[in-house]
Amino acid sequence: MAPLLEIKGLKTHFSTDDGILQAVDGVDISINKGETLCVVGESGCGKTVTAMSILKLIAMPPGRIAAGQIIFEGRDLVPLTSNQLDEIRAKEIGFIFQEPMTSLNPVLTIGEQIAESLRRHEAVTKKQALERTIEMLKLVQIPNAEGRVHNYPHQFSGGMRQRVMIAMALACKPKLIIADEPTTALDVTIQAQILDLLQDMKERFGMAVMLITHAMGVVAETAQRVVVMYAGKVVEEAPVDDLFGDPRHPYTQGLIRSIPRIDLDSEHKTRLEAIGGSVPILINPPVGCRFAPRCKFAMNVCTEREPLLREVSPGHRMACHLGDTSVGAAS
Amino acid sequence: MSQYVLRRLLIAIPSLLGISVVLFVVLALAPGDPFSELATNPNVPPEVQAALRAKFGLDDPIYLRYLHWLNAMLHGDWGFSFVSRMDVDTLILQRLPATLYVIGSAQILALLIAIPVGVYAATKPYSLFDQIANTLAFVGFSLPTFFTGILFILIFSVTLDWLPFVYTTDIKATGIRWVLEMIRQAIMPVAVLGLFQAASMTRFVRSAMLDVIRLDYVTTARAKGLGQAKVIVKHVMRNAMIPVVTLIALQMPAVFGGAIVTEQIFRIPGIGSLLISSILSNDTPVVMAVTFVFACLVVLFNLIADVLYGWLDPRISLR
Repeated sequence: MAPLLEIKGLKTHFSTDDGILQAVDGVDISINKGETLCVVGESGCGKTVTAMSILKLIAMPPGRIAAGQIIFEGRDLVPLTSNQLDEIRAKEIGFIFQEPMTSLNPVLTIGEQIAESLRRHEAVTKKQALERTIEMLKLVQIPNAEGRVHNYPHQFSGGMRQRVMIAMALACKPKLIIADEPTTALDVTIQAQILDLLQDMKERFGMAVMLITHAMGVVAETAQRVVVMYAGKVVEEAPVDDLFGDPRHPYTQGLIRSIPRIDLDSEHKTRLEAIGGSVPILINPPVGCRFAPRCKFAMNVCTEREPLLREVSPGHRMACHLGDTSVGAAS
Repeated sequence: MSQYVLRRLLIAIPSLLGISVVLFVVLALAPGDPFSELATNPNVPPEVQAALRAKFGLDDPIYLRYLHWLNAMLHGDWGFSFVSRMDVDTLILQRLPATLYVIGSAQILALLIAIPVGVYAATKPYSLFDQIANTLAFVGFSLPTFFTGILFILIFSVTLDWLPFVYTTDIKATGIRWVLEMIRQAIMPVAVLGLFQAASMTRFVRSAMLDVIRLDYVTTARAKGLGQAKVIVKHVMRNAMIPVVTLIALQMPAVFGGAIVTEQIFRIPGIGSLLISSILSNDTPVVMAVTFVFACLVVLFNLIADVLYGWLDPRISLR
């Protein structure tokens, strides 16, 4: 079965005063119908830019899709104009943003903001749109939806606003929802509620979800498949159990080790392990593996040759020279 | 809302009283009064002068004179212009229509230029259009109205002889001819004042738009597939206009001030030229009344700005 969305060799570059910033540099990601795919990585490793590139929501200029294909239901989205993409935005692919506090227009009622999406994509009257909006608000469990629909964003709490965002993204029943760190700005108890809600909605409408996060806890809870990104590249891709059970890439291992453990007794407790250093700035990146400067296992070959994604077990791919026999012989 | 407006108007009373005290003291300290001309007139004997001064209370202590003025003001008596020999309020009402006509048209012209140009420039920052608009705006507000006014007169009245350069209130025509003549003589002052206003306003609109255009909720709107025009008008402009409207309302008193110069250049018999001529002829009651009207305008437009702000931005509740 062909995947719902297939990103092939995507390169998104930004021109800056200091040179070309290669925010996304040859990313391959595919999402099947009804699947939850998590994209993880630190801040600044290109997750958001990848997601925003799908619907060309990055600022262009300075942003530019330099290469690659984004195939959605057999149609390449990259050559489409903004006007053509408008038919796909919200209707086929819905977006949930990171910051519920700033992602809603402060001077329009939430009802108006949800309804405008419906009215854009479906032949509904004003009254029908309002009814559908109230229905959506009930679905995302906003109490007193009939009254709240006429309220402004500032009259809602952060968690409630994220529910509104979800209602907005789901209004036209898209086939794919891209959620860009939907819980990062919320406090922990609300995070769980929002993830549950997202899961519920996904099951109800049978959508695929691309969930971008930097929290491994969120990944373990929601994902079926995981893509780990580092410095604008995919470094590992695996089904969720495989990834946590047998992480291959040193970066993934580091991410997993940086999750606090509560299940270990005091004698097994160790200091939380952090990955030293930070994500490199992607203007003129060095040759070889981009993680090498921070990697405990770095070898000579790592700074000379770029590791390519290779399959280590069925459905499990990673990009690292470690354990690669052909490289081992060379070094 | 009406309660808020009422409370604000009540708060305005003490500030207007304070303003009137300051104005009165400053004018009293200034050399000369309406009768100083009489002193140099050999036909008026000194006894008559003294009697007149006593009659109008000009030699009373300053606080008595102020209270006298205030009392008269509260009874609707704005004073008497010794130079024009008529009541001050009649004089002001006579001059006001010309000022309102010119300033009003200039403001409308400024808005009609500034909003579309500013908005379009902001949607394509650093494009050719933006660069040209920016340069023209910069030139526009660098050139003072007394310069562009005279330049316009030189070109359109003296050289080309297309437009009259003296504004008259007694046009000898009726019906449609009168209307056309009114428009014709207003073209230059309105253009000079309007373009000057438009220049700074364009830059303000552009930067307000640019502040909003990169915000998260604009991306949200784009993600809904609304299309560029709708995103700009409904989501960006609606928010960007909040500071713009406030600025325009707060600028209005300054616009009246700026109009004084324009009125002088084009000989418009408006309230601004009334102020200038009154100052020159030591007509204190008129100067006092006109400056006080300007003070009231400042207070009024501040209130209008606040009310508009509350109306445009649902996050602000006026209580």
